[in-house]
Amino acid sequence: MSSNVTPTSTPVKTTGLHVGDAGPGCRKVDPILIADNVRRTFGGLTAVDVEHVEVPRGAITALIGPNGAGKTTLFNLLTGFDKPDSGKWEFDGRSLAHVPAYRVARMGLIRTFQLTKSLALLTVLDNMKLGAKGQIGENLFRSFLPFLWRKQDDEIEAKALEILARFKLDTKKDDYAASLSGGQRKLLEMARALMSDPTLVMLDEPMAGVNPALTQSLLDHVLDLKSKGMTVLFVEHDMHMVRHIADWVIVMAEGKIVAEGDPHLVMQDPAVIDAYLGAHHDADIGTTDTEHVEVLKELIDDEQ
Amino acid sequence: MIDWIQIFSNAAQELISPTTAAYALAALGLAIHFGYTGLLNFGQAGFMALGAYGYAISILSFGFPVWGAVLVGIGASVVFALILGIPTLRLRADYLAIVTIAAAEILRLTFTTNTFADITGSASGLQGYKGGFADLNPIPTGSYGFGPFTYNAYDWWIRIVGWSLVVILALVTWLIMRSPWGRVIKGIREDEDAVRALGKNVYSYKMQSLILGGVYGTLGGMIFILPRSVVPANYQTSLTFFVYAILLLGGAATILGPVIGSVIFWVLLSFFSGFVARAVEAGWLPFMSQVQAGQLRFILVGIAIMLIVIFRPQGIFGNKKELAFVK
Amino acid sequence: MEPTQSVAKRSPRRWLVLLGILLSALTLSGIAASPAMADTVSTEDSPEDFEYFFTGNVTFDDEPLEGVRITVEGDGYEAETETDAEGKWRLGVPEKAEYELTLDEDTLPKGVVVAEGQATIKSEFGLTKLKAVNFFLGEGQRTTTDIGAQVLIRFINGLNFGLLLALAAIGLSLIFGTTGLSNFAHAEMVTFGALMVLTFGVDLAFPIWLAIIIAIVLSAALGWTLDAVIWKPLRRRGVGLIQLMIVSIGLSLAVRYIYQFLYGGSTRQLPGATLASDIHLGPVSMSWVDLASMITSVVVLGAVAYFLLRTRIGKATRAVSDNASLAAASGIDVDRVIRIVWVMGAALAGLSGILWAYFRPGVSWDMGFQILLLIFAAVTLGGLGTAFGALVGSIIVGLFIEMSTLWLPSDMKYVGALVVLILVLLFRPQGILGRRERIG
Repeated sequence: MSSNVTPTSTPVKTTGLHVGDAGPGCRKVDPILIADNVRRTFGGLTAVDVEHVEVPRGAITALIGPNGAGKTTLFNLLTGFDKPDSGKWEFDGRSLAHVPAYRVARMGLIRTFQLTKSLALLTVLDNMKLGAKGQIGENLFRSFLPFLWRKQDDEIEAKALEILARFKLDTKKDDYAASLSGGQRKLLEMARALMSDPTLVMLDEPMAGVNPALTQSLLDHVLDLKSKGMTVLFVEHDMHMVRHIADWVIVMAEGKIVAEGDPHLVMQDPAVIDAYLGAHHDADIGTTDTEHVEVLKELIDDEQ
Repeated sequence: MIDWIQIFSNAAQELISPTTAAYALAALGLAIHFGYTGLLNFGQAGFMALGAYGYAISILSFGFPVWGAVLVGIGASVVFALILGIPTLRLRADYLAIVTIAAAEILRLTFTTNTFADITGSASGLQGYKGGFADLNPIPTGSYGFGPFTYNAYDWWIRIVGWSLVVILALVTWLIMRSPWGRVIKGIREDEDAVRALGKNVYSYKMQSLILGGVYGTLGGMIFILPRSVVPANYQTSLTFFVYAILLLGGAATILGPVIGSVIFWVLLSFFSGFVARAVEAGWLPFMSQVQAGQLRFILVGIAIMLIVIFRPQGIFGNKKELAFVK
Repeated sequence: MEPTQSVAKRSPRRWLVLLGILLSALTLSGIAASPAMADTVSTEDSPEDFEYFFTGNVTFDDEPLEGVRITVEGDGYEAETETDAEGKWRLGVPEKAEYELTLDEDTLPKGVVVAEGQATIKSEFGLTKLKAVNFFLGEGQRTTTDIGAQVLIRFINGLNFGLLLALAAIGLSLIFGTTGLSNFAHAEMVTFGALMVLTFGVDLAFPIWLAIIIAIVLSAALGWTLDAVIWKPLRRRGVGLIQLMIVSIGLSLAVRYIYQFLYGGSTRQLPGATLASDIHLGPVSMSWVDLASMITSVVVLGAVAYFLLRTRIGKATRAVSDNASLAAASGIDVDRVIRIVWVMGAALAGLSGILWAYFRPGVSWDMGFQILLLIFAAVTLGGLGTAFGALVGSIIVGLFIEMSTLWLPSDMKYVGALVVLILVLLFRPQGILGRRERIG
């Protein structure tokens, strides 16, 4: 347990992550994740077209960009939930091309989802225990011989309870996850990700839909991941949060990386301003899903 | 006058009938598929048919001993599950539904066609495979029991084997569903992407579940044919729907639900059919013929399925909080 | 097997009756095994154990003919055998009844035919248990239907079948697209159309055209009612899709047996269903009902396509099918679209049922259920939820089923179509016209 779990107004930023000038696709001193020429198209639409990107180890990196920039698609590609048309990418020096999602997770790259995927009709404790790796009792033939897995299961339970206590969810351990609030589910999902001792945690919009009262606690938990030696990559719309905790920011627009750099400097990059303005000149920022409206318009226009 | 004693005694016989046990086994298998894993298997009739034909053909055409015939049936259903699962378990849930229902029909039509009549007996089916099973019977010849439950040695032997199998498999299911394996399975029912993101091979678990539940159905199919002959017309899609009715009645994600559901289903059905048939005979229902009385049960099952799913989706034994319904 | 005139000469519908596998399954005799293979199963039934025998000798110009196929049929029993090297054959039968014996002309050497009208002989036993039956052979030329014509005949039949499947499949697909419901009760909507024509056109003796119009209107009304009474309230309750699907299964079961309760288990014919095939197009002969059926399908499908592509409400339907919540956000009245889809889907299904009653031919309580899986197969093949995919899928299924009878036994032809469904899912899970699902 590190001491900086308590809310800190100014988290310690990690600096000196990159080599040379900060810019799209710049080299990092110690990258944990490298992607090269990753492309993914849906029909005629290019969702992701990333030439080169590196994610620095041991730091908190934010992935930002306007709606429809391809952030979630990139997440899905990196974690094996979607297959790119072309490209290669590696995690910790091991190639991830054609590696199914569950193997990516076993390699230590754990993700969460934009819409929380807490397993609603499992108890909070069962949700946690499911996160542990290498369980003997998960084999069908050993599962009905409890003496084979009981001891390991008890250890997993102890670890789960410890993490739950840290996330202040221990009092809810026997409740169904369905009964938790939106913010608590986000916490549970993050806590569950920790059960497998990951090296890289990828959080897809951890703050979306979270009650403001819980935001601070969530932020602290993200910072805590770093202090425990994990690398964090997260997608977020909340610029306040990005500036507050991110050590590095990667900006995407229309499927490409348009800027990279220090969170305070990158926001002044004209490319970033363009990206945001370009995509939103005819809609309220963040309220309407412009991409889908376009698709619908296209659909109706096409037929005329 | 209506012979109430006869109606009640017939209904009471269903309490321990081999048919009830066979449906309980099939429903228990379906509980693993549908209730615990969220797999929409609409081909349970196919798994039952494989049990029936696998057993009968092994004995009649190849002269296998009982244990060999049982293994052939199980092996056939494992292969069947693999064939169904490989193309569909990666796809959306409704694809599995369509493929399983289609595959079960393929099996039934293949067993019905005249092309393979010398092996399958085509539409008239198979009989004369009971010898080996009867020889294993340790009960001396004679009649035992009391009241409506008076059976000969063979009939008792079927009931003992059938219900022992129900007890054993219910116990096994209970054990595995509270193990880490069961936790993964239930997690997949809730959200398979989340489970995948935690490093579990979802595809493999779904396949294991499909095979396991299918084997339950196959064993049910074997018990089903021991008191009767193998007739392909028994393995129509409505058989699967009857098993679903039983499962939903008892509670999809429960262990006791499928078993008690089967008992309630058959006792009520027997009582109802018996009553209507005799009421028609006694002239109470002048607008209905005997044949129509027989069709009423299907109408009733159909309506019961609808009402249960709409108004009590968790079944009789299900906990509303635990399993509102599979998404 | 060499396809010959004798196959083509049969009423084009006679073998189609075999489509009703579900019905015939119970009445078909199971003992079609040839004597040569009879030693494996069910020995008590094998022809060699029978008491009564037909025998004969097939020779031509005093030369014995080997491998000529003789079949016996009658009294619910069927069997076949082939002549041996001496041209002799023997067929056992279970009862001392009247049987029809047929010599398969295709198995005769080239240039040899059976005397006209003598290929099938009715025969009865006298006092003995053995009865000799002789076929008179002579020189002659058989007019054989070549393989190309066979293919053409099957192709036309398959197209007809595929088009009527498409009528039902498009409704199913649109309902799936707009509501997410896999509607198993669609089969009963198909049966409904045929039953209504039977009620009005036969029982009440209305003119058939009027009966058909009434049936389609009532089908549409059924669709409206089903949505208003069952599906809309369930959608309002937020009942899950799988629950809805199981409700439709229960509904299907209940309604199907209500039909049987009311109409009985027999098959009845609509007027005109057994007309002679007097329209000849090359080797293909069909009755005007067949032709009218195909033209109706094509016209109606064209109208549906126009509706979906060119009218406002049709485009709205496709938008809802594409993304219901987004369509709702863009001001489309989703409930109204769904209601229209139900009415249209039910009317199309009813029409499909009427055409199916002429194609089989016959009206029976479970006729819709017999093709339900094929409709699902068509929708899945084309891509779930896409109307045009359903059309393409249906035609493929129809053609495949009819064409496959060129090499599959006719009671196995559904098997072929269902196997293809599974294979397509293996290689192209999104269906032929479906789009790959977008993740994330």
